[in-house]
Formats: sequence, C-alpha cells, structure tokens
Amino acid sequence: MTALGKLLRTTAFKLTLVYLTVFALFAVFLLAYFAWNTRRLITEQITQTVDAEITGLAEQYRQGGIRRLVFVVDARSRRPGSSLYLVTTRAGEGLAGNVGSLATGILETAGWTETAYRRLDDPDGAEHHALVRVFQLPAGFRLLVGRDLEERERLHDIVLAAGRWSLAIVIVLGVAGGFFVTRRVLKRVDAMTETTRKIMDGDLAGRLPIAGTGDELDRLATNLNAMLERIEALMHGLKEVSDNIAHDLKTPLTRLRNRCEEALRLAEDESQYRAALESTIEESEALIRTFNALLMIARAESGQARDGMIDFDAAEIARGVGELYEPLADDKGIHLKVEAPAATLVHGNRELISQALANLVDNAIKYGGGMNGAEAEIVVTARGEGDRILLAVADSGSGIPPPDRSRAVERFVRLEQSRSQPGSGLGLSLASAIARLHGGELKLEDNKPGLKTVISLPRAGAVPSAA
Amino acid sequence: MRLLIIEDDRDAADYLVKAFREVGHVADLAVDGEEGLAHALDGQYDVLIVDRMLPKLDGLAVIGTLRSKGIETPALILSALGQVDDRVRGLRAGGDDYLPKPYSFSELLARTEALARRRGSREETVYRVGDLELDRLSHQVTRAGDEIVLQPREFRLLEYLMKHAGQVVTRTMLLENVWDYHFDPQTNVIDVHISRLRSKIDKGFAQALLHTVRGAGYMIRDSK
Repeated sequence: MTALGKLLRTTAFKLTLVYLTVFALFAVFLLAYFAWNTRRLITEQITQTVDAEITGLAEQYRQGGIRRLVFVVDARSRRPGSSLYLVTTRAGEGLAGNVGSLATGILETAGWTETAYRRLDDPDGAEHHALVRVFQLPAGFRLLVGRDLEERERLHDIVLAAGRWSLAIVIVLGVAGGFFVTRRVLKRVDAMTETTRKIMDGDLAGRLPIAGTGDELDRLATNLNAMLERIEALMHGLKEVSDNIAHDLKTPLTRLRNRCEEALRLAEDESQYRAALESTIEESEALIRTFNALLMIARAESGQARDGMIDFDAAEIARGVGELYEPLADDKGIHLKVEAPAATLVHGNRELISQALANLVDNAIKYGGGMNGAEAEIVVTARGEGDRILLAVADSGSGIPPPDRSRAVERFVRLEQSRSQPGSGLGLSLASAIARLHGGELKLEDNKPGLKTVISLPRAGAVPSAA
Repeated sequence: MRLLIIEDDRDAADYLVKAFREVGHVADLAVDGEEGLAHALDGQYDVLIVDRMLPKLDGLAVIGTLRSKGIETPALILSALGQVDDRVRGLRAGGDDYLPKPYSFSELLARTEALARRRGSREETVYRVGDLELDRLSHQVTRAGDEIVLQPREFRLLEYLMKHAGQVVTRTMLLENVWDYHFDPQTNVIDVHISRLRSKIDKGFAQALLHTVRGAGYMIRDSK
C-alpha cells in the first residue's frame, strides 16, 4: 500500500472527510437560508413601497385626471433616488416617467413582473433590472411603478461569492488539516507497528515509543509495554525452567542408569538382582517426585495455577498441617504447636498453600532440631498483619546464616548442614514459587535462635500485584 | 472382581491385565474410547479403569456418557495430568477416583479394590473387625468391651481403615481421604500417625489387627 493510500484509509482521515462534508453542507445551508430570506425581505420592501406609491398615484388620477397624474409622475421622476415610473397611453406612447426600453408585453401583463429597462435620461447606458407593477387606469391609460433590483442582485452576488469562497476555504483547510493530523497519527501508529514487528521477529527487549502527550495512543503504548515486560519475564522464566529441568533431572537419571548397569555387571544371584531392582524402583520414585515438584514450580512461576483460587481460612490450613506433622515432630523429640486463633481469610489455591506450609514444616522438623540439648520447638502461626496474612514456621534449630538465606530458596540447594538429609532440595523453592504465584513472598528470618520461614500473602479481597 | 481397562498404550494395558490376573482379578481390555464405551454399556463390570487421553473418544467423555445413561459403575481415571484442577475436572465428569501417572500398581490395586467394595456395601453405622468396634454415630471405639479414647483425627483414620477392612489402604489414599490433602509429603508423616493408632488399639491385646503391607500401605484385618 502506498503511503498516500495508507493515509487515505485511516480512520482519522475518513472522519475528517465526514466532518468536512457536514460542516460544508451546514455552511451552504446557512448561506442559502440567509440569502433567501434577505431576498424575500428586499422584495417585500419593494412591493410595499411600490404598492404605496401606486395607491397614492391612483388617488391623484382620480382627483385630477390624466393631466394631474402626468404632472405628479413627471415631478417624482426627476427626484433622485425615486422609484421607476411610466405612464403610457393605450397604444404604449409614453406620457411621463423615467424608464424605457422595457421588455415587450410588459405593459399588458397585470401584476408583478421583472423586467429589463433603461433610464430615459441615460438611453445608451447599461441595462438594469426592475421589479414593476402595471396598473390599468380607466380610459386605457397605463401606469407602471417599480424599483430597481440592483440592490437585491448585488446582495445575491455577494452571498454567492461568500458561499463559493467559504466552501473553497473550508474544503482546502479541512483536507489539508485532515492530511496533517492524520499523517501525525499515522506516523505514531507506524512506529508502533514497526516496533511490534521487530519484537515478533525475536527482539523481546523492544518496547513501544511513548510520545509523552498522555493521549490514548500513549496509554495504549504504556499498557502494551507492560504486557511485553511480562511476556519477556515469562519467556526468560520458561527458558530458565527448561534449562534447570534438563540439568536437574539428568543427574538422578544418570545415577539410575548407572545403578542398573552396575547390577547387570556385578550381580550374581537372585537376591542381588532383586535388591538392585528394588533400589531402582525407589530411585525412580524419588525421580518422579522431583519431577512433579519441578513441574509444580514451573506452573506456579508461570502463573498457570491461577484458576482454582478460592477464599479460605489460612488459620485452618495451619491447624491442619500442624496436626498432620505433630506426631512426626514428637517422635523426633520436637514439640510442635500451632498458634492460629483467629480466622484469617486468604484468596488462593488451597492445595498449593497447604503444600507450601507442609514443606516448611517438613524442613523445620528435618533441620530444626534443638541445639545443644535445648528444648526443640516448632511454632506454626497464622495471623494477619496490616493488609497481609503471615503464615510462619519458626524452629529452634541452627538456623541459616544471612548470606545463605537467598541461596537456600534456589532449586536443589542443600546447604552444608543439611547435605546428609534425604529429600529433593526443592521444598523451599516450591514454597517460594507458590508464595509468589499468590502475589506474596517467602521470607527467611532469624528466629533467635533458629530459622523462621514466613509466607506473606495478601488478604482475601485485596488485589494481588502481578507475581 | 471383573474389571474393564480402557487404555490405548499397548504396553501399559498388557502390564495391567497381567498384573490384575496375578492377584486373581479378571480384566477386559479396550484400546479406544468408543470400544471402551461399548464394552462398559454391555458387560457387568465391578470397576472401570479409564485412561484419560484416548483415541476416538476421551476418557472423561466415556464416563460422562455412561453416567448420563444411568450406569453407575465406579470409574478410576488414570492420567498424566496430575494437577488438582485436572483431578477436580475428572471427578466432576463422573469419575470416582483419580490416579496420576506414573503410578505404582499396588496403589492402583488398592484403590480399585476400595472402589469395588464401595459399590456393594450399604452404609453401616457400626464397623467391626474382630473384637474391635467403632460406632460412627456416637464416635465410640471399644475393643473387647473396653473403651479406647481416640483423638478426632485418630478416629477418622481408624474409621477409614475399618471401612476398607481386609483391603490395602495406601498412604496416599489416607492422606486424601482422612486429611483431604493431595500433595506428596516427602517424609513418612502418615506412618507416625498409624503407629500411634496402633499403640492405642493393638497394644496389650494378643491379636494385632492393624497390619503393615510392605510396599503398599496398611490394612486392618482380623487374622483369624
């Protein structure tokens, strides 16, 4: 499409044409109305004046006959600015008056007519136009009275010229204006289109230009940029996830394979084979669990689990999870208690939050044993604080030193003190991803002594910010 | 027990048919949704095991059609889609249980048998295993006439075990039905609850009723 073609097809230009047509029509209508009314007014004026004169002259005739009439008409004819007069005999011979060269047959026509004429005192001058009325007098004489139409015609010409000029100006200015405005708009839209094309071609970092005028195009651009930001983050996340998964699953898969190969090589009797197979199944199951956890983390981070969110009581979750893990903690000599007296409503995925909290409690039991014979205690709390809900698991173990805290949340990180424990190392990662999915976060704090893990979530009813 | 397995993966299907046969159940096989629906409408099966992704007609549609025709045969859905929403969708379509792949056969077997049992029984108010009695209405538990005091959760645990007396109950089944959790706790949380229950109902009695089934789960059973 040519540049001009594009321009002509824009909504802005079409709109301009529509407005232009409307205004032009309106202007024409206005002028026509004005012209018509003024013409009518002038005509009315003329007819009234002429009628009055005719009445007066008729009276003169009645009083003094033709002689009197001729005298009066003669006198009036000489006066400057007077009407037009003509008195003729039946045959058409002029007796008094100031006009001649009338259109043929005028004198026979009764009533109002328009006619050309020449002034008698200027017989070779220009032809004029007049509106006249012919009055039949008794004895066959004819009286003609009229007025020049020059004023009316001049007005007509002025209005016509005004109309033509204004129409021309309106059209020219309208089209030119429309042209320029549209071109400006088109330039901005074209810039956006160009950027979008580049982005689609693969430059995810591209953003739409913002002119700074705050108009609707700017607002559109701002919103689209926010969307692009989100898409870029998601694409990076996706890439990271697939990189991680590839890397993190290859290790246990390799281990599995090696074990099987080793068994094939070295096993000699059935019991050894059996043992190898059983251990393979165990490893597979651990692998499956890891895979499921990774999948869940990926889904949580990409926001896929957003449907299925309801309002539920976080305190109830805390009590449930606490009650599930209490016997296990007790077996390890840890006293687990739940402090969640008041109902605290959250909007979210009940399953995921339960899992997140379970992971934290599980961790606390694994690593939160009492130090140096101190009474080991785990406290699970659910309470509201301002516009957030805090689900916390506090233990009295050795805790995590501040520099290690951010690392602990990463996938598969087992800090030194926990290397020897079983588990996939994904517990905190998943809990963190779940917290972020809900518009919240996972925080690791010093419980003095021990570690306090806190899931901070927005309250039910509060609009969660984009994770 | 007569089973219908609707599964398009030949390997998985053969494995299941053989495995069920080994434990004494008869299993018919259908390899796509239409064939499965036809079989289910004809035969009298105790449980249907339906893969979700099937050619010609998917598993949920098969179950939905059966339910709309008033056929209430319990259906267990197998699916690679294992998220909670998928499970909910499967159950809403008319399924009675949902097992994500990959699964262990012992888990599948335990759940299948639990579904078959459910079909037959009326709702009883008192469960009895040996000299252990559980009254569902009064929440009283007695063994050999002596009352045993249980925490509410312990009661529900025992109730579920006794409802499936003589059948294997897996840890996952317990977590789902007694605690309503659908995640996989990495440590053996359930085992500790069971051992506490066991110490209350079996300790001091000559005969143990609560057994551990290696590689599968637990069972409450009168050993006589």
